[in-house]
Parts: sequence; C-alpha cells; structure tokens
Amino acid sequence: MSEHIAALAGNIDTQLGARARRVGSLPGELTLEVAPADLLSVAKTLRDAPGLQFDTLIDICGVDYLNYGRDEWQTNSATRSGFSRGVDRNALRAQEEKGRYAVVYHLLSVALNHRVRVRVHCTSNDDPMIDSVTGIWPAANWFEREAFDLFGVLFGGHPDLRRILTDYGFIGHPFRKDFPLIGNVEVRYDEAKQRVVYEPVTIEPRTLVPRVIRGDRLSG
Amino acid sequence: MAEIRNFTINFGPQHPAAHGVLRLVLEMDGEVICKADPHIGLLHRGTEKLAESKPFNQSIGYMDRLDYVSMMCNEHAYVMAIERLLGITVPERAQYIRVMFDEVTRILNHLMWLGAHGMDIGAMTVLLLCFKEREDLMDCYEAVSGTRMHATYYRPGGVYRDLPTEMPKYQASKWRSRKDADRLNEARSGSLLDFLEDFTRRFPKAVDEYETLLTDNRIWKQRTVNIGVVSPERAKQLGFTGPMLRGSGIAWDLRRKQPYEVYDRMEFDIPVGVNGDCYDRYLVRVEEMRQSNHIIRQCIAWLRANPGPVMIDSRKVRPPRREEMKGDMESLIHHFKHFTEGYCVPEGETYAAVEAPKGEFGVYLVSDGANKPYRLKCRAPGFAHLAALPEMVEGHMLADVVSMIGTLDVVFGEVDR
Repeated sequence: MSEHIAALAGNIDTQLGARARRVGSLPGELTLEVAPADLLSVAKTLRDAPGLQFDTLIDICGVDYLNYGRDEWQTNSATRSGFSRGVDRNALRAQEEKGRYAVVYHLLSVALNHRVRVRVHCTSNDDPMIDSVTGIWPAANWFEREAFDLFGVLFGGHPDLRRILTDYGFIGHPFRKDFPLIGNVEVRYDEAKQRVVYEPVTIEPRTLVPRVIRGDRLSG
Repeated sequence: MAEIRNFTINFGPQHPAAHGVLRLVLEMDGEVICKADPHIGLLHRGTEKLAESKPFNQSIGYMDRLDYVSMMCNEHAYVMAIERLLGITVPERAQYIRVMFDEVTRILNHLMWLGAHGMDIGAMTVLLLCFKEREDLMDCYEAVSGTRMHATYYRPGGVYRDLPTEMPKYQASKWRSRKDADRLNEARSGSLLDFLEDFTRRFPKAVDEYETLLTDNRIWKQRTVNIGVVSPERAKQLGFTGPMLRGSGIAWDLRRKQPYEVYDRMEFDIPVGVNGDCYDRYLVRVEEMRQSNHIIRQCIAWLRANPGPVMIDSRKVRPPRREEMKGDMESLIHHFKHFTEGYCVPEGETYAAVEAPKGEFGVYLVSDGANKPYRLKCRAPGFAHLAALPEMVEGHMLADVVSMIGTLDVVFGEVDR
C-alpha cells in the first residue's frame, strides 16, 4: 500500500506542480493544500488526469480554525514552565494564520482505488468565499450547501446555495467556533399567542470538562 | 380551453413512507414528477458540534444515534479514526469481534430496510417476518453491551468487554407460559457464540422465505423493475457508495478494496447489479445478508478457537480493572482521569471509513492535541444518496417516489446529524 501512496504522491506532484502543496499527514493518507484561486483547475486535473482519476467526491467539510491549539485551562505564567501542561503553541498557530476558514475535500478514485484530501483555506476571514466544484463533481451540491449553512462559507457558482440543515429562518452559522453550543434562541409554544415563539436562551452555558492540551505522548 | 398548471404538493415530514422526517416539495404535472426538492434537517441535533465539547470517549454513544439502524458500524468508524491518530493497534480478538458485530449490524440494517421497503410498496408480511429475525440479533446486542440498540460497545483500543458466556433468558409470566419460555430459551442455553451459530444456521432459510415472497412476485417487480435507474458513471458522479453503487454494477466494497480490521482474512462475495434499478438494489442487499451470514460463521469459528485480550493494554486509553482500583492508588488516579478529563490525542487529522450497511460511513477527525476533537465530520452515505433523489424521481410517477425513497435506504439520524 505504501508504495502505491508514494507513487500517487509523485504523480500528483508532477501533474499539479506548484498549484498544490503536499503537507504531512498520517501514513497511508495524502493531504494537499491548494490556494482558492487554483481550486477549479486542480480539481479538474485530479478528476481527469490519467493515474489520478478521482471520480468520486466523498465529502466536503468546513473547518473553522479560530481556537485551534488553544485550551481552556487557566494557567498563569508560573505554571507554564513548571508543569507538563505548558504547551509549545508556536507550531499550532501556523494553521490559523493561513486563514480562519478552510474547506476540506475528500476524494476517492473508484477506478484506481486511492484517496486524497484537499484543503483550501479561504483568503478572507470576514466573507469566506470559494469556487464551487459542483460542475466537476455533481455530488458537491448538498455538501457545499451544508458547509455554507454551518460555517457561512460562500461557494461561487453554486446553483442553489440555500441553508440545508438548520431551521427555516435560522440566523447565524452554528458550527463556527464563536457560536455558542447552547445556541442563541429557544422555542416554546405560547398559549396566549397560539403559536410557537422564539426567545433568547435562558440556560447558562457551562463547560463540564475543560479542554486541555498535554504535551505527553501515549505510552504503555 | 382550461388553463393547465403544474401542481405543487407537500410530502412529509409526517408521512409513513418518508422514513423519518423527510419533507419533499414535489412539483407535479398530473401524476408525473417535474421537480422534487427534499427539505432535510428536521432531525439536526448538531452531533458534530456536541462532540467538539466532550472528551473523545464520551461521543461514542452519539455515534450510535446517527444511523440508528446500523449502530455499531458508526461507532466503528469513529473509534477507528481515534485509533489512527493515537497510533494504536487493536488486539486480534477484538478485531474479529468487531467484524462479527459489523456483519450482525449489516443484517439488522438490511432486515429493517427490507421490511420497511416492503411495507412501503405493499408487502405487509415481509415486515413481520423480518422483525422476527431482527429480534434475535437485538438480543446479541443486549448480551454484549446491555442495550438492544445504542450499544457503545466499541471503544478506542478494542471493545468494551469479551463476549458473554451466557445469554439472557425468557421467564415464564402471566403472558408467557412456561412451555413457551422453555421453547424460546432452547437456543439460549449456551454462550453468545452458540446462540449466534444457531442463528446463522436458521437465517439462510429465513432469507429464502423473504425471497419466495418477493423476488418473483409480480407486484414487487412492477413496483421496482426499471424504477430509479442510475448508470454506473452517474452513480460515481453522484457520490454513491455501498449497495447503491453496487446496484449500478460497480464491484466496489471497502471491505475488499481497502480492508480494515480482519476483513482481508474473510471469504465473501460482492454481489453487483446489472441495470441499476430498484430491483437490482433489492437483490444486492438480499445477497449481502447471505454473505454477512457467511462472514459471521467464519468469525465464530475463529473466536471459539482463540481466546485472548479484547482491549489494548494501555493505561491511557483503557480504564483500569475494578479489582486493580481497590488496592492500587495509581489505578484509581488513572480511572479518575480517564472518566473526567479523558486522554489527549496527538495533533493531526485523519479520515476513517467503514463499509456501513448503507454505504461508506466515514469520520474525518481533526485533533489539535487536546482531550476533545477539534472538528469531527461524519460522512453519512445517506446524505449523498438523498441528494440524488431529485434527479432520480424526475419523470416518474408519484407512487414511485415511495419506492425510490425506500431503495435509497435513508435514515434521518445520519442525514441530518
């Protein structure tokens, strides 16, 4: 399997050249980073070039890198050097500087039996926008609607970019990291008005288990 | 002359043939569909967002609730993603147990599908027969995990516990006579493996029975043959996987093409369709049940001969044994940490996919080194399949929409997440 991956990686490098950058990933997996401007041409090459033939789009996934590598553990500077919970965060910040929003495409070649992951960081953090790949893989239609609904990433050229998973008339993009887990509104049936009413949430947000990052590796 | 206009009708979200909460807005020209617009999201619970706020292990139970007719397969993809990031390997016996329960799940799912699909298009008896067999498999779920559906049985590093040596038994009561209870308990006198083996002996006969009712049934064929034809090229473009892709004639099965766990040691066939219509997909799924039965038998034989650990021996991932905790301070600390903070998963990202009964169920997991996932994305096969529904139903009659929703095998737990 690993020779196949290595051959595929070489093939991708020659076909795409400077348009895609290979980034480190787990053994057996390939990840490419592509600039938003190159997305459509790269996608077309990945689908059509002999030896690549990524004929199936498996998944499109939005990612919000707002708090990447940041934990909820309140520590002051004294403990940072004293305990293992102090983390080297410089490496992690790099991810965020590429742009807050990313769209990750998972591609599969049924013909040649291999996969690749393509990540595109949106250039703008305020109005993330990216080209739609519905013209290349029709399966992208609903996946892009989902990424738009949950993250607010706009897909240029999408035939029907509506919300898909959230309620009719929903405001906001719930999977953004700054959207509270408990949401903004709650609904109940109002006896007097004889209809369902929306009100601001009354419950307090709370964290049961804080998010911690420990530098230690898994051992025996 | 009277003006003729298209008619828009609303189908669902409360409709027995909508398989849950599908709302379809259909534009009709007489009884022919011009345009269909599925509205989904009525069951959206934000599973992925919830998982981001919990330690890794606490989200396994949510996975069961995604595709709530193939519970353990969802868990499987999730724990596999965690295991890949942690870089751990699962003991061989646990791998066999997982494969066995994946196949039990496949039969569970296909029985549910066959029964519901049959009922949708007018075959009442099949539902009752399918649920009879399903009950036995539910009992297997109960025996290993304590619950009939939402098992939370797979854990990163293995499975929760070894297979039980005895099966729960029926008791005589006001509603069930001693004689009936004894008859039902006959197969349950031995271990879980004995019970499952007995099931695999009975099951092919049961499948024959369903086939007698449906395969050559004139009404069944009228409702399914040449309905919802998808060409192999189109199936790939639409992102089809699993039986939907195989029904169109492409022999694609992750268990064979990208084997995980011990599927590479299993002997089974991949059924494929010829025409890519609803009838072919029915035949594919029925044959898959027979193949699953075959795989379960192979697993049983191996599991009988090879006892061993079912969980990795790592203090970080596995909670300590109860006995150890009583006398060992270290174990007590590990236990406390395991169930509160959990374990940190090294930074990275991975995509783990399993051949779930409905197609490729994948989990894309991004970790930034914390004790909670940074981003979890569940790739649900039903989502891609349902997206193709508007295209499939166009030009068909209203009644065929029901056959087509049935053949897609959608479950809204996973489509809406």
